[in-house]
Amino acid sequence: MKKIVSSFFSLLLLLQVSAQETVYPAPKQTGTTVITNATIHVGNGKVIQNGSIVITDGKIVAVGADVKAPAGATVVDAQGKQVYPGLILPVTNLGLVETPSVRATSDVQELGELNPNIRSIVAYNTDSKIINTLRSNGILLANIVPEGGLISGASSVVQLDAWNWEDAAYKTDAGIHFRMPSLIARPRGFGGFGGGAGGQQPPVDPVKQGLEQVERMKSFFREAKAYNSVSTHEETNLKFASVKGLFDRKQKLYVHANTVKQMLVALDFVKEFNFDVVIVGASDSWQIADLLKQNNVMVVLNQMHSLPTLEDDDVDQPYKTPAMLQKAGVLFAINDEDGQTRGRNLAFNAGTASTYGLSKEEALQAITLNAAKVLGVDDRTGSIEVGKDANIIISTGDILDMKTSTVTDAFIQGRKINLDDKQKQLNERYKQKYGLKSPF
Amino acid sequence: MRKSKCFWLAIGVLLWSTRLLAQPTFPENGIADPRHGFYAFTNATIVKDASTTLSNATLVIRDGRIISVTAGGKVPAGAVEVDCSGKFLYPSFIDIYADYGTAQPQRQAGGFNFAQQAQLTTAVKGAYGWNQAIKSDADAFRVFAVDDGKAKPLRDLGFGTVLSHVRDGIARGTGALVSLANDKENMVILKDRASAHYSFSKGSSTQSYPSSMMGSIALLRQTYLDAQWYKTKPVLEGLNLSLQAWNDEQNLPQIFEAGDKWNNLRADRIGDEFGVQYIIKGGGNEYQRIREMAATKATFILPINYPQAQDVEDPNDARLVSLADMKHWELAPTNPGAFEKAGIPFCLTTSDLRDIKSFFANLRTAFNYGLTETTALNALTKVPATVLGVYDQVGSLDAGKWANFLITSGPVFNERTTIYQNWVQGMKYSVKDDSWKDPKGTYKIVLNTSTGPVNYTLDFKSNSAASLIGKDTVTSKFYYDGRQVRINVAPERRGGQNLALSGIVNDNSWSGYGVDSAGNNFTWTAVYDQPGMQRSDSSRRTRPAGPVGKVMYPFEPFGWEEGSAPKQETILIKNATVWTNEKEGVLQNADVLIRNGKIAAVGKNLSDPAARVIDGTGKHVTAGIIDEHSHIAAASINEGGQSVTSEVRIADNLNPDDINIYRQLSGGVTTSHILHGSANVIGGQTQLIKLRWGANDDELKFKNWPGQIKFALGENVKRSTSAIGNGSNNNRYPDTRMGVEQVLVDAFTRAKDYKKAWADYDANKGKKGVAAIAPRRDLELDALVEILDNKRFITCHSYVQSEINSAMEVANRMGYHYNTFTHILEGYKVADKMLKHGANASTFSDWWAYKMEVQDAIPYNAAIMHRVGLNVAINSDDAEMARRLNQEAGKIVKYGGVSEEDALKMVTLNPTIMLHVDQYVGSLKPGKDGDVVVWSDNPLSIYAKSLYTIVDGTVYFDRQKDEQLQRGVDQERNRLVKKMNGEKRSGAPVIPAQPSYQIMHTCSDHYHSHGYLTIDADDLSND
Repeated sequence: MKKIVSSFFSLLLLLQVSAQETVYPAPKQTGTTVITNATIHVGNGKVIQNGSIVITDGKIVAVGADVKAPAGATVVDAQGKQVYPGLILPVTNLGLVETPSVRATSDVQELGELNPNIRSIVAYNTDSKIINTLRSNGILLANIVPEGGLISGASSVVQLDAWNWEDAAYKTDAGIHFRMPSLIARPRGFGGFGGGAGGQQPPVDPVKQGLEQVERMKSFFREAKAYNSVSTHEETNLKFASVKGLFDRKQKLYVHANTVKQMLVALDFVKEFNFDVVIVGASDSWQIADLLKQNNVMVVLNQMHSLPTLEDDDVDQPYKTPAMLQKAGVLFAINDEDGQTRGRNLAFNAGTASTYGLSKEEALQAITLNAAKVLGVDDRTGSIEVGKDANIIISTGDILDMKTSTVTDAFIQGRKINLDDKQKQLNERYKQKYGLKSPF
Repeated sequence: MRKSKCFWLAIGVLLWSTRLLAQPTFPENGIADPRHGFYAFTNATIVKDASTTLSNATLVIRDGRIISVTAGGKVPAGAVEVDCSGKFLYPSFIDIYADYGTAQPQRQAGGFNFAQQAQLTTAVKGAYGWNQAIKSDADAFRVFAVDDGKAKPLRDLGFGTVLSHVRDGIARGTGALVSLANDKENMVILKDRASAHYSFSKGSSTQSYPSSMMGSIALLRQTYLDAQWYKTKPVLEGLNLSLQAWNDEQNLPQIFEAGDKWNNLRADRIGDEFGVQYIIKGGGNEYQRIREMAATKATFILPINYPQAQDVEDPNDARLVSLADMKHWELAPTNPGAFEKAGIPFCLTTSDLRDIKSFFANLRTAFNYGLTETTALNALTKVPATVLGVYDQVGSLDAGKWANFLITSGPVFNERTTIYQNWVQGMKYSVKDDSWKDPKGTYKIVLNTSTGPVNYTLDFKSNSAASLIGKDTVTSKFYYDGRQVRINVAPERRGGQNLALSGIVNDNSWSGYGVDSAGNNFTWTAVYDQPGMQRSDSSRRTRPAGPVGKVMYPFEPFGWEEGSAPKQETILIKNATVWTNEKEGVLQNADVLIRNGKIAAVGKNLSDPAARVIDGTGKHVTAGIIDEHSHIAAASINEGGQSVTSEVRIADNLNPDDINIYRQLSGGVTTSHILHGSANVIGGQTQLIKLRWGANDDELKFKNWPGQIKFALGENVKRSTSAIGNGSNNNRYPDTRMGVEQVLVDAFTRAKDYKKAWADYDANKGKKGVAAIAPRRDLELDALVEILDNKRFITCHSYVQSEINSAMEVANRMGYHYNTFTHILEGYKVADKMLKHGANASTFSDWWAYKMEVQDAIPYNAAIMHRVGLNVAINSDDAEMARRLNQEAGKIVKYGGVSEEDALKMVTLNPTIMLHVDQYVGSLKPGKDGDVVVWSDNPLSIYAKSLYTIVDGTVYFDRQKDEQLQRGVDQERNRLVKKMNGEKRSGAPVIPAQPSYQIMHTCSDHYHSHGYLTIDADDLSND
């Protein structure tokens, strides 16, 4: 009886989450596809009017205004439409967290402080219902990042049309994520709603404590460096071994930091270890943009659509930060880590950056080619250029503006993917109920 | 054990033996020693009160009371004369806000938290009321115990009388007026029940309710009503000691610890409602709203604790200290002066001081910033005595009053003045008695050695420091205690000779015996020659007077300085694309004229010679954005202490100092609906505000708005996050959606019964032969009856179709109506039912997957509901997204293809319909309020910025002016950082830089990151 009940519930569960089950990953591209009559936003700042893109074996083999469609090619007419590289979400918990408030659906934070050996890719769930809603808004690649501790683990880049994580893997374990301790004093205990005198600072100076943690991190890296400089070991240390790539710059160190002090400490890792450092968050990066440029530190702006950090800051400061970094020559990507929309508004975050100072093509670059550079996949994606994977989206209008952005076609490695998602299916289901006609 | 008891007894006897008169009921262990403390203080300058000073006068006291104060004056027979030539006599000070001698309980955690268990009933045993925070039964005089260790520091500052109460709870019972004499409590308590005390803080109460500012206010209001009702001796209530005590203390002076400018107003409004004029204990920031303070007509109690200068030399640290905090540091000493200038009566208190010894230094700092000494003396004597109704007992030097007075070396507030003695109830307490006659100065010393007299000069600097001046000036080892003196010195630096002198002090001549290093003995004498140099005490520094910045309204960056606030103007926007939201639709190349705060005309070729013209070429003009769901501008949002809290009101705790008001204006928002959170099924009453940046709390309110209330369903109200493993840790009913439905049924069943009870009472009232007893007024049920009577409208937080369906079914059954379903992410599943019910829908554009109950949320929701025929709005629920609501509306074009005009209405006209204010705002129609936005681009586009945001014809946000304001903020910050750095360099103490964290109130429904200096109100410690 018990068994029957439990399988009955599993059945219910299945029914409840079955909306997306008929959206199949696309098979490997065969033959040649050509996108014609397109306004091609290359992703590197350039725009090709009325151009064509030829795709064979998943790769872009020709791009330009004077490229002709080869005979027998599948033609996608993009007349009047805008063509972009697939957007890249540079830092996300996609596939690791389905429903934040339900613990069982979260695989993002392992126990312990020092987890460089943790690998996000092995828990990445290709069946997450979030994934398809991102594809619908043009996001085709994402960097899956673990959270928590001081070193959260290694991130991997995935493409968003796969049967399982091994199929999805685009570049694995290429980023080690370090959560910089907060280096500011915690608030005095707020007196609560009744006013009151307020509490005392905790006895431990959080700044000192944070810097001590940073020192421990450095010791770890010093030992890891020594360990990795010899080829055999009496005892294997998985943690040391997992950061080997940092020392030959095959891996990047992503430092999650926001304040100037935190970022200055991050520069230490460039200086002492010659790491390839990316600062994630970086809300105050506009204050030290020149220094970031000097040190060739790349930046991921985590949340464009954010309030200013301080009351006294420019009311639009977060919106203006990208243009300030651009002016200083800092290489940056724009992210969307909003927990309520789960990353789907990436393009509009870039759009806001454009409203407040970037050109539209610069804003696009911040979510395509720059993101690919940050993630170390710019040799394969991030722009519509010959030799790269055909990760391409087509929109009816300006992708950066919600008023006009509607993605009609998307290709991952030349595979034309199904842009249906759970939400579109529910939309259809209830249009049916009310007898509402498409399109609306 | 026995031994130590005896020891304490012995101490006790010694203590009591110093008393003036034996208490008749107390047996004497020994020989009776009755005294009367009969003294005459002659030749003094007597400051009877702040406005009366007698020269060369005599004060006579006996049995602890003042017998007479007369100019000239004779010493009565039998009195001890104390010659006070050159001395000043003042009435001892009164501190009306003390906790002397009353144990102060530790505050405990006890708020509402989504994850923790709730304590729903009182944990106090006994016949008390339902809420632990109502401690009206506490009487300070019952727990008061003399504590000379605490009394002395106060006496040393000149205080003789204090009003002490136990600072614990929302109602705190009575305070006792006590003297600071070191005597038996029986004699020290001057008035046992001298005052009644209140606050907004529940103190040590562990009970969940109230967990918010508005909950505290509601609890006070309900308690006033309950106490009134209790007078009818209701059988159902039995004995309620809390209400009984409450009623007993209503005739006493009522003192409210509010502690902040807005809290002061909140307290005063409670008082106004129930006919009570509180004496309000402020917090020191009242100068920021001094006009509003004056309007309370209250007497205030002001602390003089000023913020400390911060160490802002490191620019990274300085960045995190807000302009408001730095300005408050600079302006806090102006607070008492601002009260004086505004003519508001006030008392001064030592309460809140970090170090009580800084009282005089801080007071003198206040003198440097506008306070006069006369007002200060009144604030320490007459005003507190008068408000407590004890001016016949204390507060001046008049016959018949307690003999509480100071003997000083000069005017009492003068920096060089010394308080010698503080007499309390006719008993002398030394403060700096040894300075009465200052022995310090130079002395001529003569050593009578065998070889003849040797002369030196001694510079007596302090009781342990003196130098001997002969051929050389050398520092000596020195000891002086007023009776004995010892000097050990080598008079010549290279001589090797050493002298050891020992002597006895007899007024200003000393004589003694000495020995030199050779062993020769000699006698010596020393005679006072002249006073030494005065040295000021650097540790008691005051902040020097100097120029200070201006007060801003609100006291925030981008606030307006006095006189610079924008004014209502006649505004003509020319040649723009005008989205009328009326049947005219979108007009190209059209004009909008705003006059007298209203839209005067919309059309082509409008003119008004008096108008400020805004060129609208290439720009778009719309009605102001209306946010149906916001949590800005309030001191608290969630009262989660119970499942039904319809008695709480957001309006009671608006916060005009929220920077997010300005930030919303920058996004074109003109009106925000401030909602209670979603902690419970029936939450609090909401408040619609207009974003009049700079206005006070009352002026923010949207006038003529009928009023709404927040309901909530689903995960939050069943406290899904309160869990142990996979099981529930929730103990607050309900725990399921089934229970939620029953809470609604129960609440409205009670409301209907209540309504009927009042109807019956009203019908029978005054009828002959019917003894009608009025039902108990219940604020919770009053609000529900308003709903039943269609006078208050519901906006209901809801997500999934089952709960929406059930809520409407209950409403139909119970005879009420859901005005709005807010969030309503599964509204698309039951849109037809909602339409039938007549509900509005206010939703998010594209939120989902942040919690279990939003797994089926779709961005097509708004479009489907709109197409089914519902009135649909898009709301923010987030201070950040609120400034991009126009773009959120743009998403409805993307998801579902709604027309641009209809999409814009979802953030302008449609919310005004569900808020019942569409006759005032929401479209560009002549006669409606001049709430207008000029956009740089199509307002639904990501590229659109608000250039002007106009409320009531007043330009509150102007993108160009914003840049000027930003420069002003930067300059003012720079000036203050320099000033603080100067303070540090001058040697003043500074504390490490304190990051200015901002508290953000949310629905507690989802999580937004608002930067590293923002703290979610829910994450704060509960207290």
